[in-house]
Amino acid sequence: MTAHDAAGTSLKRTPLYEQHRQLGARLVEFGGWDMPVQYSSILDEHRAVRTHAGLFDVSHMGEFGVTGPGALAFLQHLVPNDVARLALNQALYTQLCQPDGGVVDDLLIYHLAENSYLLVVNAGNIAKDFAWIEAHSQGFEIQLANQSDETGLIALQGPQALTILQPLTGVDLSALAYYHASPGLVNGINSLISRTGYTGEDGFELYCSAGEVAALWEKLLGVGKEHGLVPAGLGARDTLRLEAAYCLYEHELNEQTNPLEAGLAWTVKPGKGDFIGREALVESKAQGLKRKLIGLEMVERGVCRGGYAIYDGERQIGALTSGAPGPTVNKNIGLGYVETAYATPGKNVQVDIRGRRTAAQIVALPFYKRQK
Amino acid sequence: MAGLNHPENLKYTRSDEWVRLNGDEATIGITDYAQDQLGDIVYIELPWDAQPVAHEEKFGDIESVKATSELISPLSGSVLKANVTLKENPELINDSPYDEGWMLVIKISNPAELDDLLSVEDYKAYLEGR
Repeated sequence: MTAHDAAGTSLKRTPLYEQHRQLGARLVEFGGWDMPVQYSSILDEHRAVRTHAGLFDVSHMGEFGVTGPGALAFLQHLVPNDVARLALNQALYTQLCQPDGGVVDDLLIYHLAENSYLLVVNAGNIAKDFAWIEAHSQGFEIQLANQSDETGLIALQGPQALTILQPLTGVDLSALAYYHASPGLVNGINSLISRTGYTGEDGFELYCSAGEVAALWEKLLGVGKEHGLVPAGLGARDTLRLEAAYCLYEHELNEQTNPLEAGLAWTVKPGKGDFIGREALVESKAQGLKRKLIGLEMVERGVCRGGYAIYDGERQIGALTSGAPGPTVNKNIGLGYVETAYATPGKNVQVDIRGRRTAAQIVALPFYKRQK
Repeated sequence: MAGLNHPENLKYTRSDEWVRLNGDEATIGITDYAQDQLGDIVYIELPWDAQPVAHEEKFGDIESVKATSELISPLSGSVLKANVTLKENPELINDSPYDEGWMLVIKISNPAELDDLLSVEDYKAYLEGR
């Protein structure tokens, strides 16, 4: 009954695997994990998140604890964003960069307590990131702990998220600001409630022990049903984040791409002091970026996909990194890199779809922004 | 397979198309199993103009949210008409794969190929074995 990937290795399962099976989810391999791509229909799950709420199992993601008197100094050295500005229980989005500026992974960092930080990384990069962080920790007085296997994580996303979650916790959710977190009990389960998400909607990400996450999942689905809550899989997660123009590692970000090219200059703070990759990023900015991340919309019929080439007439000017139908914006959309001269909304380009050049237009990002 | 519908009066292929025969004409589409596997269909490319199609060769492309797939012709012949409604409403294939989701009507050029088509029992057995 164990699924295997192409190499014949067993796929990993989150603590919610049985719940997904019972809900009739279609499971696929993702980053070495056996994960639900959909429970009913990707389009229905996507729309449910935008109009009501969706519940995502993201327990496959990685969590590392960084503690000790050297924690802040270490993290400042490790990432381009300014960790010193984090208040207690505040989080930021940043990257692990190589000396050449290329991205090893993107991640969130939470300031949990004095000298205590939580790093949340992509599921497919857990081993790589841990090795990277450990290798760069020489000389800093810290302890590094991989807590991934002991941690469960569920994302509750959508306009009904707060209404669904509030009765289950004593934490005042309306006072919990975006990119802040609060420890608390959720249905009696010790959790970290984070006002973050990857869908472009309001919502919460709930961290708890791996042993308790199934009970939390089932409780939320039960109380959320009357508010339109549905379980949502990785298929909808991808169309939602694409409409919101969030980067996905191995698509918009990889070791050959720097955060400036990806439009993430707002997370890069060279003024805060030295960090791995600082010199390369400052140089990259000074020279002018050669390529930039853009969004595009198909004008002629057709679905653009990651990997398809982007043309200006006969000349290829770039390629897509992601593409799919956008169920809320009702257009076929994509993200990709093009030569900087073309990275202007309004530019008409063509996408090669199965050998046919199909008209598209570069548009401003994000494709979708929720009404607040 | 439970929950899926494969009408008795149609013929089938191992690439999950169905055929409704009517003299020397055939209507072609994809089966309930195929649309269920694909998930939400968002795009289809068919031979919109009169042109030949060939037995076991690609006649079009179909796309779901996550993936693209080829459509394989069960028979050789020439396209009489294509379901242009599917250009704007490809989801009809999910909702009604045998009626509103029909794809092509062709004039059959090689009746010997009809022997290659599967009965509903053979198609169901084939599905069980997958």
